[in-house]
Amino acid sequence: MFESGSSVERIPILKMGSYLLVTIQVDMHDRLATSLQDDLTARIVETRARGVLIDISSLEVVDSFIGRMLGNIAAMARVLDAETVVVGMRPAVAITLVELGLSLPGVRTALNVDKGMELLRGSVERVAKVNSRGRRQARDA
Amino acid sequence: MPTDPWLAHIVSKFESEILADWIQHQLAADTLRRDLMSEAELVEQSRAFLGLLREAVQKGNLADTTGPEWTPVREMLACVSRARAKQGFTASETATFVFSLKQPLFARLRGEVGTDVDALGDAVWRTTVLLDKLGLYTAESYQKGREEVIARQQQEMMELSTPVVKLWEGILALPLIGTLDSARTQIVMENLLERIVETGASIAIIDITGVPTVDTLVAQHLLKTVAAARLMGADCIISGIRPQIAQTIVHLGVELTNVITKATLADAFTVALERTGATIAPRSGHV
Repeated sequence: MFESGSSVERIPILKMGSYLLVTIQVDMHDRLATSLQDDLTARIVETRARGVLIDISSLEVVDSFIGRMLGNIAAMARVLDAETVVVGMRPAVAITLVELGLSLPGVRTALNVDKGMELLRGSVERVAKVNSRGRRQARDA
Repeated sequence: MPTDPWLAHIVSKFESEILADWIQHQLAADTLRRDLMSEAELVEQSRAFLGLLREAVQKGNLADTTGPEWTPVREMLACVSRARAKQGFTASETATFVFSLKQPLFARLRGEVGTDVDALGDAVWRTTVLLDKLGLYTAESYQKGREEVIARQQQEMMELSTPVVKLWEGILALPLIGTLDSARTQIVMENLLERIVETGASIAIIDITGVPTVDTLVAQHLLKTVAAARLMGADCIISGIRPQIAQTIVHLGVELTNVITKATLADAFTVALERTGATIAPRSGHV
């Protein structure tokens, strides 16, 4: 219906403080996934985001393709020094993914957006603390 | 095969006499279970069955009891045998309900057909074939009724044996009892994940004290449940691992390194409390 690259077919990425928020509400397919990966990596660099929260609570059907895509996005974000948390997975979806043998080992998960944000804040603060300690040690030495 | 003239004739002519004889036979027989069923109920069932049989014999062909003319009879028999299966009758006690009709029918046939031996033989043969079919159908329905009871009990047992308990704010416990097979794992997983969503729990403790043996398959089912809970954003702790089971797990080479395991539910609970930021301390004065 829409041509690839048309603005209608993109998944919106919202910026909230130093985090990016992605809500997937439509069925994913190859092009949409590629454009999401393009957009997201570009936005992480542009906004210097420290964390990405992907909400999949409205996805009722998840296949191996989306499972792999989530893993890829998390890996890409990690390379750009941003944490990824996937939130709101439905019980049926979780069971399907496990039956497919995809337990998304590199992806952090949380029950809802609240808990996801808490997790992101916690890990970003922890990283900041470690970094500042490292800096102090370097200065003292 | 067309309808048997003699059978149709006697059941419509002597319906009430046959019914009386039949009930008398049933009451005299030692397969009667007065403890399970009242006499009035038996009379009612017999009358209803004989009435339906008369209608079916008059219009139906006797060779094929699966036809539409026999539907009311079959439904009635299925209903009776299912009820009896639930009441606790044995299979032969249930089938005797139909078979005991033979004697009164044969007696009337003999009286009506008279001395024509060939005709009498034919009529008796057709009647006996018909009643055998109906009797076997009764036995089959009885068996189906029993199987339904067993299936329902299995289902109930499965639901009973997988409760998900809320131990604390954000902490769920899943005490598993009995062997884990794939069907049960599915139910356990669904129950657990739904409760995680309901309660917003962040930690689930799976207690396997009541699981008699852990083989590679059971371990795989456990790991699946843990993985699914993790995808929902909840961590799992496996507790209640008995010394023997710990040995078995190592001998089998099952990898449980990615899962927190504890020997007792108490240990697991302490860890879970620490994770959620709560502590338990003795009150001052009690040591």
